[in-house]
Formats: sequence, structure tokens, C-alpha cells
Amino acid sequence: MRIGLFVPCFIDAFYPQVGIATLELLERFGCDVDYPFDQTCCGQPMVNSGCHAEAAATEQLFVDNFADYDVIVAPSGSCVHQIRDNLTAVEQTAAVKHVRENTFELVEYLHDVLKVEAFPWAKFPHRVGYHDSCNTLRNLGHGKPSELRGPDFSKPRALLHKVEGIELVSPSRPDECCGFGGTFSVTEPEVSGRMGRDKIADHGRAGAEYIVSADTSCLMHQQGCAKRIGAPIQFKHIAEVLNGSAA
Amino acid sequence: MSTPDPSQTQNSAEAVREAQPKPAKARPGQRVNHASAAREFLQSPIHAQSHDERVWAMRQRRDAAAETIPEWEELRDLASQIKTHALTHLDEYLEQFADNAAANGVHVHWAGDAADHNRIVHEIFADHGVKKVIKSKSMLMEECGFRHYMEGVGIDIVETDLGERIQQLDAEDPSHVVVPAVHKMRSDVSQVFAKTLGSDPDNDDAHYLTEQQRQATRPLILDADAGMTGANFAVAETGGFVVCTNEGNADLSANVPNLHVASIGIEKIVPKLSDLGVFIRLLSRSALGSPITQYTSHFRAPKPGGEMHIVLVDNGRSKRLADERFWSSLKCIRCGACMNTCPVFRRSGGLSYGATYTGPLGLILDPSIDAYRYSNLPFASTLNGSCTNVCPVKINIHEQIFEWRQVLAEDDMIPWTKKSTLAAAGRTLASPRAYRAAIKSAHSALKHLPDWALYNKLNAWGQVRDLPDVPAEGSFHDWYRQHRLNKEDPTAGDRE
Ligand code: SF4
Repeated sequence: MRIGLFVPCFIDAFYPQVGIATLELLERFGCDVDYPFDQTCCGQPMVNSGCHAEAAATEQLFVDNFADYDVIVAPSGSCVHQIRDNLTAVEQTAAVKHVRENTFELVEYLHDVLKVEAFPWAKFPHRVGYHDSCNTLRNLGHGKPSELRGPDFSKPRALLHKVEGIELVSPSRPDECCGFGGTFSVTEPEVSGRMGRDKIADHGRAGAEYIVSADTSCLMHQQGCAKRIGAPIQFKHIAEVLNGSAA
Repeated sequence: MSTPDPSQTQNSAEAVREAQPKPAKARPGQRVNHASAAREFLQSPIHAQSHDERVWAMRQRRDAAAETIPEWEELRDLASQIKTHALTHLDEYLEQFADNAAANGVHVHWAGDAADHNRIVHEIFADHGVKKVIKSKSMLMEECGFRHYMEGVGIDIVETDLGERIQQLDAEDPSHVVVPAVHKMRSDVSQVFAKTLGSDPDNDDAHYLTEQQRQATRPLILDADAGMTGANFAVAETGGFVVCTNEGNADLSANVPNLHVASIGIEKIVPKLSDLGVFIRLLSRSALGSPITQYTSHFRAPKPGGEMHIVLVDNGRSKRLADERFWSSLKCIRCGACMNTCPVFRRSGGLSYGATYTGPLGLILDPSIDAYRYSNLPFASTLNGSCTNVCPVKINIHEQIFEWRQVLAEDDMIPWTKKSTLAAAGRTLASPRAYRAAIKSAHSALKHLPDWALYNKLNAWGQVRDLPDVPAEGSFHDWYRQHRLNKEDPTAGDRE
């Protein structure tokens, strides 16, 4: 079983520690992980703006890079959503279908496939507000969104609860969007920034010292908003916490 | 439906000093600029915060109401199935409805578009010498520009829904399908009433304001020559229709004058009376979180000595029905739940959409009415998907927003600079070598987020947020080469 590790462009360029934590974490569970060297991006930046034709070559490169792996894992909900649900600008060959059907977001892979019971190396003695990114929550099914009736569940929280010392706190609007939204963050900067500040403030009122999420792009946006207004809250990707990153 | 008690609107000393934000309307032939209208809205902090909180409170009441119905999700399924069935057999049900209505003694008219609708109603009024009309709230009539048309031909239209009346007196469009004046504070209403009804500008007590409006409007109601309503549901098997309100104003409009004209969009058809058991349970719970509207009025035949007309309006609906991607937007029952949950709507206000339909519903309906004018709207969304989850008839709203982006990009309705920048990003991201070079240059001089990562003309990212730090260890790619591949060879692994 060979896993191809996909490190999306934001993470590659600005948050390498998230890629490293993902790789190390999978290796701790005995996975055979390879990082295909010619990878770039999944096509989302173009597709998010409706420009599918402009994404076709990037999508094709993605498939070429990953078609030979049994499974593809990425620490980014929005990219996995793009690959699984919207990678449609290229002809849907057997290779494309294989890649789309076998790409997992990290939390899903740990929770559903590896069924991880414990992270004995991980300690995180802090109050943490978990940020359900909209893509992981509503498109990948990480948990029960607040709009739907039914039994409560949350895969990322189930994993975080296994980390020693962690205390999870909940903002008053538990799954309100943080305002990143890909292109939205730059086409509607005022609304996006307002949503980001509101989100941080809600977590702050709940007592969170850290905001943890499975989507780096949401974190990059929230962190940028927090820095701009001097809010003291800190940010970590869930892979870092589960891999035992100290604060 | 209608505006809840104005006492739910907030007030404070500061609010009096902060004027209501009023975005300029896009001129004919221009694109609506949602982002700039939203910026203006947010520059009025008291209005902006109050709007977000009030509209969010409706979402919370909706959650609480849904929680009391164990079979809530099944009800949504059922509602979606009934609407799907009705829409896929619309021709049969429309004829059945029209035949039954005619048999009940109602005059039935068919209007192909907004102009037809306005002309037909005008003819009915001309035949009866009507000069003064009272009407209850109808999004369809807003869509048809009905009030403006009637002003042009010298017929007075008086809105009887309180929120809609406030908006009429202020010469402003409704900002929300259920609560048309939800963007206004009490102090704004007192200013409008002072100017138009002569009430005390310094008294913004909700009861006082409501009473002023009531005293001013009652005589107009008693004096009207005709009354108009819309319809929430039209029942094929009976030829009757149902109007849901919280103020009982539809009953006044329908029953006080002898002439009742109802404008009904053709998508309002449900096959059976018993189907209402599903929709009535969902409608007000989804909208305001109340189990049912105060009034659920059934109309089937003219009152003794009176006359009833129904105008069935298409106005682009049958064209939309034929569109594989967007037909299901016709399932909409105009509950407004998607607006209430939308984080962008709550922070930008309904007027920022510059359209009859606002919020997520507007994003998927407005471009089908005028693609160029509303070409920015599908981008006024984070695609968070909350709208889809609250929608009582299970319209895949956020997926349709995403589809609209593709349609608009393909039809060259998005700005050329954006498209060409994204095309360039696509070229960079399709070449491992160009991509690696781009990361290097971003790391050496990070002044704004690179366009290949995020289309970022004019550094919109940096307007409201800081940039991420450039990582000391370089990119993940660099780290991997150093730690996992040949440490000596700086090009190990790179494709030539
Ligand atoms: S799209 Fe759905 S949620 Fe929005 S107004 Fe229509 S029925 Fe209600």
C-alpha cells in the first residue's frame, strides 16, 4: 500500500511544518509514504473562480503525479474537496477516476481508514478552539453541521480528545464560516476580513488560546486577520498537534 | 410572510446618529458591485452589527424550531420530492389548477413575462375603474416592477405589510424576502415615518410607530377599489391558493375591496391540498422559527358579489425549468432561511445585492434574470454550504453558486484581468519548474500574495490582513530534498 503525499501549494510555500507533520504522523503509523516531486497544485485556485478550462493542465499534472499510488493523502480539506468533487476539467479516464476516488483528507484517513486509537507522543496542554472549515464539515462530512438534525459527531474532535492535556472550547457560532472562501478573500476583502475578525473574537470569548483546523488556507486568513489587529490568539494545523508539536 | 414586530428591532442613542447605509443602485446596463456596497454597509458599524445579530437570531430560532420536529430531515426530503414531482409535471398541474379555479368562478390569466403581468393587471383595473389598490407582500410583483409600472399609469398602490410599507415609504427595495426592512433600525423607521406620515421624529417607540402606520393606512385600506395578493402555494386539485402572513394583511387586501387579483408564479403549484401539511410545517419554522405564520389564508372563490382574478406568471421560469443545472431553484418557497444563515448576507445587508432576490437565493436567481448585471453576485459567497443545509426544499444552493461561476467565466462575464491572471496561474501551476521558480521568488520578496496562489490584483489580501511569514526552512519541497533525498545534490528529484 503506497501513499502519495500531496502537499498543497499554500502549505508547500508558507507552512512547510504542516507537510512535515503530516508525513511524520503517517510514518509513525507505519504507512509507506512517498512525496511525488513534480507535484504543484490541484487546480482549485482557477476552479474556485469558475475558470475550469484554465485549470485543465494543472489537473492533468496532478493526476500524472499521483495515478500510480494506491491512496493519496493531503492535509487540506478544500483541496481534497476539489479533487474528489470538482476535478472535472480533464477527461475522466480510469487514472483520473482512480485518483479522485482514492484521495483522502488527513483527518478522514486517520479516523476512518487507520482508525487511530491513540497519539501517545502528543501533548497539548492548551485551550483549543477547533475551526471546522466549511469544506471539511459540509463537503467532506467531518461532523454534523449545526444546520442539520441528527446525532452529533466530529471526527477531528474525536482525534483531538486523544491528545493529552488538550481542552476543547466552543465558540457561540460553532461552525460559522471564517470568511476565507478562496477567491472570496480578495474579491470581497471587507466582508472577508470582518468575518475573520468575528471568528477570532468568538473563539477568544470562548477562552481559546489556539485555533486548530484541518484547513491551512482558513488558518492563513485568520492568522493574517489576527496579526493585523494584534489579537494574541495562535494557530496550528491539526497535523501538528496530533504529531506532538509543542506549542 | 411579513415583518415581525418592530419592537424586535434595536435602538440606541448612537443609532440615531448613525444614518442608515444606502448603497447607490447600479444604473441600467451596469454591473452591481456587491463588494463596494458591502464595504459601505460595514462602515456603519451599529447597523452592521445589529443586522448580523438580528438575522443570526432568526437562524437560531429556526434551529430551535426544527429541533422540536424529530422527522425534520424527512420533512425536507418530502418537500423536495413533492416540489420535484410538481415541477416535472408542471404543464399538467397548471392546467388542472387553471380548470379548477375557473370552475370555482375565478378569472384565470396567463402572463408570459413581467410586462404581460403588468399589462393584464392594468387592464383588469381599467375595466373596473380602479384607482386605489392595496396589496400584500409579493416577491413576484417586486420582480415585475409592478408598483413602478402602476405609478406610471396613475394607479396608487399601498403596501399593507408593515415592513414592505416602510420600504415603500422610503422608496427603497426590500432587503430580505421575509423581513423587508430588517436592515433598518427603529430610529431609521421613525425618520421615514416623520417625513412621510408626519409622526414625531424623536419617538422611536415600536408601538408608537406601528400605531402611526396603522392609523395612516387603515383609511387607505377601507377606501381601496381593489386588493392584490401573491400566493405561497397554489393547489392543483382544488384551484385554491394559500397566503401566509403574520399581520393578516393579505386578508384585508383580499376581502375588503370587491375585486381581488392574485399574482402567482407558475412554480407555486403543489398537486394536493394534503401537500400543504408538509410545506406549512416547514415554512415558518425555517423562516422565523415560529411553528406557523399567524395567518394561513386559503382562497378559492370570489366572495359573494365580488370578483377574483388569478394571473399565472412565467417570467423566465419555464426557461429555467429546462436548464439541467439550475431548474431545482424553482423549488424555492421563499422562506429566507438561506439569507439568515448566510454569513455574507448578514454582514453586507440585502441592499448590497441590488436585486429583487438577495442572499444565496439571489445569487442563483438573479443571474438568470440578467447575467451581466448580476455577474458579480455568484462571487459574493464563500461556498460554505450552510444555505444548502437549511433550505427546507433541499436546493443545492452552494453548488449552483459554484456552477454559475463557471457559466459566467465561460461566457466572458468575469473581468478580463481576472481571467487572464488565472490563465497565467494555470500555466505556472501546470509546470513544476515554473512553480518552483515562483515559490523562490515569492520567498525572496513577499510583498503580496502571489497571483498563482490567489488571484490578488491590487493586493486585496493585504487590505485587511497580514501576510504569512516566509518559512526559515524554505518550502516543504526544499525540506524534503534536504532531509529525505540526496542531501548533497541540490537538484535531486527535480524534473528537467
Ligand atoms: S432557496 Fe431554500 S432556504 Fe432560500 S428562500 Fe428558497 S426555500 Fe428558503
